[in-house]
Amino acid sequence: MDLSPKQSSPSESTRFPDEVLERVLALLTSPKDRNAVSLVCKDWYTADSWSRRHVFIGNCYSVSPEIVARRFPRIRSVTLKGKPRFSDFNLVPDNWGADVHSWLLVFASGCPFLEELRLKRMRVTDESLEFLALNFPNFRALSLLSCDGFSTSGLATVATHCKNLTELDIQENGIEDLSGDWLSCFPENFNTLEVLNFSNLITDVNPGVLERLVSRCRSLKVLKLNRTSSLDRLQRLLVSAPQLTELGAGSFSEELTLQQHAELKYAFGLCKNLSVLSGFWDASALNLSAVYPACSRLSFLNMSYTALQSPELASLLPHCPCLRRLWVLDSVGDKGLEAVGANCPSLEEIRVFPTDPFDEDMLHTVTESGIVAVSQGCPKLHYILYFCRQMTNAAVATVVRNCPDFTHFRLCIMNPGQPDHTTNQPMDEAFGAVVKACKKLKRLSISGLLTDLTFKYIGEYAKNLEALSVAFAGSSDLGMQYVMEGCSKLKKLEIRDCPFGNVALLSGLERYESMRSLWMSACNVTIDGCRSLAREMPRLNVEVMKEEGSDDCKADKVYVYRTVAGPRRDAPPSVLTFSGL
Amino acid sequence: MEGGVAYEQGLNLKATELTLGLPGTGETEGQGGVRNNNKRPMPTSETNEEESQALKAQIVGWPPIRSYRKNSLQEKKDSEGEASGMYVKVSMDGAPYLRKIDLKVYRGYPELLKALEAMFKFAAGVYSEREGYKGSEYVPTYEDKDGDWMLVGDVPWDMFMSSCKRLRIMKGSEARGLGCGV
Repeated sequence: MDLSPKQSSPSESTRFPDEVLERVLALLTSPKDRNAVSLVCKDWYTADSWSRRHVFIGNCYSVSPEIVARRFPRIRSVTLKGKPRFSDFNLVPDNWGADVHSWLLVFASGCPFLEELRLKRMRVTDESLEFLALNFPNFRALSLLSCDGFSTSGLATVATHCKNLTELDIQENGIEDLSGDWLSCFPENFNTLEVLNFSNLITDVNPGVLERLVSRCRSLKVLKLNRTSSLDRLQRLLVSAPQLTELGAGSFSEELTLQQHAELKYAFGLCKNLSVLSGFWDASALNLSAVYPACSRLSFLNMSYTALQSPELASLLPHCPCLRRLWVLDSVGDKGLEAVGANCPSLEEIRVFPTDPFDEDMLHTVTESGIVAVSQGCPKLHYILYFCRQMTNAAVATVVRNCPDFTHFRLCIMNPGQPDHTTNQPMDEAFGAVVKACKKLKRLSISGLLTDLTFKYIGEYAKNLEALSVAFAGSSDLGMQYVMEGCSKLKKLEIRDCPFGNVALLSGLERYESMRSLWMSACNVTIDGCRSLAREMPRLNVEVMKEEGSDDCKADKVYVYRTVAGPRRDAPPSVLTFSGL
Repeated sequence: MEGGVAYEQGLNLKATELTLGLPGTGETEGQGGVRNNNKRPMPTSETNEEESQALKAQIVGWPPIRSYRKNSLQEKKDSEGEASGMYVKVSMDGAPYLRKIDLKVYRGYPELLKALEAMFKFAAGVYSEREGYKGSEYVPTYEDKDGDWMLVGDVPWDMFMSSCKRLRIMKGSEARGLGCGV
């Protein structure tokens, strides 16, 4: 990459002073735009470096903290993602890495004015949280999603020392929940909180403390309670903070007297600005009706932690005319999904999670009829995540005919390798229909009985595909080859339990440097194959996670990613790193 | 496939398993969740139904549900178990209507008896293994899984909790056969 301008540059007087350039560039916020800008010429690269305020790092090992701090000395906000996505499903050993501490050490001296830190799948210890709280005086916003390694003590240090905290967002983490005392660590005069999400935690927080905190923080917009928060507390909090735009209710199953129900309904009625509702562990049908008055502006409803039945959903939905995103459990059944189709014309996203993923005899589940019913009533649908136990090619074809604008299509037929249940054929034509009809498709997850034909379709038609997730599919190396050859925009590829070997792995040689990462587990790749790949492509890190008792030559789990930081030095003994350097 | 599967197709072998523990101990078993067995043979067309059931039970990380969500579901199941509790009907001879109590709320016989005494306004007397309840007109009894009427207090609390179907506070005269010393 040659940064010096080849043509003769315009005369000095028409060049922008750096300050002007920086001001102009400051208006560009998207990382993609910023990255493009930095490639124009050296001046623009420098101006971008000085004016960049937010950095998104999709793989913490693709770059080192030193490089980031050196290039962007004035960043205020960092988003870091660590472990491969399959760590969410227990496929990555606990001590794999992605520890945030080394980043904090470098930023403390290199970017001391850091205000926001958003981490996903990183290891975060209490020690790191304390370091963060004590070394960044302007720190304002902390978001931890799917992280692990910390306890409520770490949260206590953040609450104690971050005087200007506006956001504390703790979601879906492996957190050691010692006590609810951390909330009491916010000083009595502290009032800057705008976002508080502690839905992750089990232990109860001191009730008076929460109420007082909420009433002090007049700018509070997002409040997500944990499941031990009672309805009584919820009612008082709503009365105190009717300005909320996002609410996560706690448990919703208590028996209420008529008076209490009326009071709760009244409290919900005060909230005229709610656009997001979530939480609701174990909601009872009766209690749900208290929520109706708050639903008129609702755009996102997340009921995926309570086994809602179809009549309850059917009663709730007419109160949500603006609904654009809906997450539910499959307890609503096909009938519930029919109600969705009938009541949500603006729906853009639906996610249906399984109530009982491991029990196959469960009667309440959704089938192909459900997904078809939604597609018939919701032509704007562009995001679907659907867990089911049966599907047909015809149904999927109908769905994408009704909704050709899918950008995210994630179908999980829970029984691996299951064919179309009416024709007993593979599900190849289903995904063929998806990639042919949905030109904007960016993310695809496939399942069911699938041959190489599925991959041929994907390689041929899914030209905008950026993320592909494959499990228990394909017949030969050809499958993966089709994808590597055809999907030029692919950034993330995850494969498990497929018959793809070294030939398949090496077919992507030229592609991996344009991708964020490749994951292959329980396939037919060997250590030699990994070594070859590493030798050919020195700017890739090729890592193999060995399982106990497996053959020496087998590469049980392979993780390949591009990097400018070289092979990492913090890998545990069970992770072998191959590098061409 | 050794050692991974708790249930054969349809047969609950655990129920008839011989152990040295008393009945009622070790009842709760973790259902589902992630097995640590990393052997993940792929289901092939030759795999028969039963084998594929077992294979599925052993697949790590499938279906792809986040641990957080899985744990939430599991907690829900556990707490539902607690919420549905062990409600048993309690009748008292001569009382016009029955009551219902949740046995899980009590930690042992003394608490249970105190609660019953308060609920029905009677005194149970002093319990001894040899003579049953001495010094009382009323005797707490229960119907067990086999349909037999037993004296409350004879068996260990855990065994009682798992075998008690309903409670009846019997009037002394009827209770003579149960060892009441009146």
